[in-house]
Amino acid sequence: MSKQYETVIGLEVHVELATKTKIFCGCSTAFGGAPNTHTCPVCTGMPGSLPVLNRQVVEYALAVGLATNCGINQYCKFDRKNYFYPDNPQNYQISQLYLPICHDGWVEIETAAGTKKIGIHEIHMEEDAGKLIHDEWADCSLVDFNRSGVPLIEIVSEPDMRSADEVIAYLEKLRLIIQYLGASDCKLQEGSMRADVNLSVREAGAAEYGTRTEMKNLNSFKAIARAIEGERTRQIELIEEGRKVIQETRRWDDNKESSRAMRSKEDAQDYRYFPDPDLVPVVISDEWIAAVKARQPELRTEKLARYQAEFGLPQYDAEILTGTKSLADIFEATTALCGKPKEVSNWLMTDAMRLLKENGMDADQLTISPSNLAKLIDMVDKNVINRTVARTVFEEIFANGVDPEQYVEEKGLKVVNDEGALAKTIAEIIAKNPQSAMDFKAGKEKAMGFIVGQTMRAMKGKADPALVNKLVREQLSK
Amino acid sequence: MNILELTAVQLGKKIQAGEIGVAEATKASLAQMCALEPTLNCYVTIDEEGALARAAQVQERISAGELTGPLAGVPVAVKDNMCTAGLRTTCSSNILANFVPTFTAEAVLNLEKAGAVILGKTNMDEFAMGSTTETSAFGETKNPWDTEHVPGGSSGGSCAAVAANECFYALGSDTGGSIRQPSSFCGVTGIKPTYGTVSRYGLVAYGSSLDQIGPVAKDVTDCATILEAIASHDKKDSTSVARTDGNFTAALVDDVKGLRIGIPRDYFGDGLNEDVRDAILAAAKVLAAKGAVVEEFDLSLVEYAIPAYYVIASAEASSNLSRFDGVKYGYRTAEYAGLHNMYKKSRSEGFGAEVKRRIMLGSFVLSSGYYDAYYLKALRTKALIKQAFDKAFASFDVILAPASPTTAPRLGESLSDPLQMYLGDIYTISVNLAGLPGMTVPCGKDKNGLPIGMQLIGDCFQEDKIIRAGYAFEQSRAYEGPELAKRTGAELAGKAGAPGMEDKGGVAR
Repeated sequence: MSKQYETVIGLEVHVELATKTKIFCGCSTAFGGAPNTHTCPVCTGMPGSLPVLNRQVVEYALAVGLATNCGINQYCKFDRKNYFYPDNPQNYQISQLYLPICHDGWVEIETAAGTKKIGIHEIHMEEDAGKLIHDEWADCSLVDFNRSGVPLIEIVSEPDMRSADEVIAYLEKLRLIIQYLGASDCKLQEGSMRADVNLSVREAGAAEYGTRTEMKNLNSFKAIARAIEGERTRQIELIEEGRKVIQETRRWDDNKESSRAMRSKEDAQDYRYFPDPDLVPVVISDEWIAAVKARQPELRTEKLARYQAEFGLPQYDAEILTGTKSLADIFEATTALCGKPKEVSNWLMTDAMRLLKENGMDADQLTISPSNLAKLIDMVDKNVINRTVARTVFEEIFANGVDPEQYVEEKGLKVVNDEGALAKTIAEIIAKNPQSAMDFKAGKEKAMGFIVGQTMRAMKGKADPALVNKLVREQLSK
Repeated sequence: MNILELTAVQLGKKIQAGEIGVAEATKASLAQMCALEPTLNCYVTIDEEGALARAAQVQERISAGELTGPLAGVPVAVKDNMCTAGLRTTCSSNILANFVPTFTAEAVLNLEKAGAVILGKTNMDEFAMGSTTETSAFGETKNPWDTEHVPGGSSGGSCAAVAANECFYALGSDTGGSIRQPSSFCGVTGIKPTYGTVSRYGLVAYGSSLDQIGPVAKDVTDCATILEAIASHDKKDSTSVARTDGNFTAALVDDVKGLRIGIPRDYFGDGLNEDVRDAILAAAKVLAAKGAVVEEFDLSLVEYAIPAYYVIASAEASSNLSRFDGVKYGYRTAEYAGLHNMYKKSRSEGFGAEVKRRIMLGSFVLSSGYYDAYYLKALRTKALIKQAFDKAFASFDVILAPASPTTAPRLGESLSDPLQMYLGDIYTISVNLAGLPGMTVPCGKDKNGLPIGMQLIGDCFQEDKIIRAGYAFEQSRAYEGPELAKRTGAELAGKAGAPGMEDKGGVAR
């Protein structure tokens, strides 16, 4: 390839909001549930039913918009997007086209190349569709409307990204903001965050954008990165071969690491958008905006700075801890209980991270209870158990959620600091190892380490190491 | 005394006094249906069993002193586009011929709370699209004044049933005149309330921004009483309004002294039948004689109302009716190859011609490239029409106009020329576009003996003024029903054995 190409990427990110009930009815949004059990006349499109907007949806959309520096349409409306598909019970989706709630925002991303602003064109609110289940055996399709009417926001970026790294950084940034706001858990695997990638390439320095394609079915950051690379290569190959990129929607197959066309622009449906007459315009007062701003929790950037200033954590540790909302939550809750931020950080940064890695888990899958961790730290601090024992107890907390106090009691893991008993054991070990005693007296400090080790082993690791050291030295120096 | 001649409120009083039993009134209505339905076809579904069971329950509660309202125990007919749990709701369409709702419309629930006995579901133009009740998939309803004529529409079944004494009152719905025009054709009284007064929850939508449920009855007193019962602020309907002025019966006062009544000159031009014009102007004189100040004025924009209405209502309908697809409920075609074909055949076979026409019209005006030219322009026209009314109501309390340019046309005359039929809505649809309350009150007959109704239009939330004007006018003229209604069911049933109250079973005829 002789020419230099630039990749131009914009994203459409769908985020499922964390409301308890659906956007236009009182049905539960809880995941799972037998098919069609979280449904009512409204979310199954029964004749005569009418939608009523869930205020919390507006609240979350506002919160995300304000946190991403968007302007707010204080008079916004819902529109109907008309298309026929069986997962869509009314055969229209209630969405926002003409007056979306948020517009013209931005977020700042950090990549190896430095910081960059990514523009947000708009954020709009809409309802999710149901789910089709194809029964190959019975040769029929069934519809589950449990997800029908689950609230979504769609965040549409400007075509400001130029690489997969920037896309991932942007998605990470959005995810952290939204998780910190509590507006969604943003799990790509579970579909509570979904990204469609609009991508085009152009010769470096060209003023016009190339023809773009839209890539769907991207279920992880890794899939997104692979899809971007794959699509960039495909488009460049087409251009190099003198062929044209067709404006179309493509579906990524991450197993095959390739995509196929779903529909071209020519097949694009006319959605016949128009304002939904069943819903009244949403009027957002200055007071409402002020209240949402006032309720805005500490976001990642602020938390990162605070962890370094208030707790004296190194920047790297603070970045890891704040990099996952649930990890930061565990850190803060545990610190509040035991008052030892550095200890808490150490446990999370070393043992927790190691165990997550060993188990192939992500940080947001850590479910350790702050009270258990606080108890453990307390027990080490009060010398009830020593550090070696504490590590094994931590593994139990991590894997099985045990109460450390109860566990230590049951397993008899408490530190042995009965000087008489220890002295007796040490005397026995020295008696069995006369050479070591002689070596020590001859000035070989190392010999003492051997006796200490043997003692700890005899005590099954439960002895207080400082006390053992002291007693061994005393006896050897006699 | 013939029970059936009573108004709803008169019957309610007699029931409270123990002079007439609820079952007796219900049976009288059922017998009347038995006698007249084979001729008139006012109902799609008659719920004889349910009505009698309900009558017994309501009677118990009345006797126990629990139900004391004016409508307790009074039998009612409900237009077949309002959902009734467990009772088939068809919208007079094949596509919903087998549809039994799981919930009851809020307005109907309100009536049930007031102790109403629901007799059945009345015939209508399919999905309320039409002005004659001839587009029903279950056969046309005939006008009780002359069975060669239509009853009007789309609430033709409700209005004809009231006129024929096949119920004591009825609920209708009005998107472009569907209560007021058939009320005029059938010689009964009907109110289309201010948009948002009566909950639309459970009303199968036609044009959501225009639809309102309202009462149809023999007189203004009944209508005000019924409206009071069905109006409510319903959180399930986002367009429902919390009104604090719901005491509509307080306006039943025979006093129009100083009431400023405007007569729009633009409503009295070409196309208005002379008999209708004379009857309306005579009614104006009656009101003037009672002390009202009657003046002519120019409303303007009248010629734009029909195109704006048909663009907006059809656009909304094209989307509202897309849920009828054969997937979840209602009609599905017998044989199909794949999803697309199933949609296409189910809808082609399930909908009638007028509904298809409006779905196509509505889909067209919302299409990319046409949206601004048609739909947006229609919305702007709607706003201008509202402004014209605002200006009028700065000078007048009430606008007096015809409800329709003609009296009831002959069966089959209208459908052959849809555009001509649409023009018949000229005096009613502006009221829907502006969200205003409007009422039809009978005011005379044409030279063929067909009824003429006058329309009283009020400003938003000022039903009290039109009720007052209507009530005052009504005092000058006794209620007159068609001859057909006076032949009681009992009398006819005796002669003809048990005439066909056949189950229409959801099959189009």
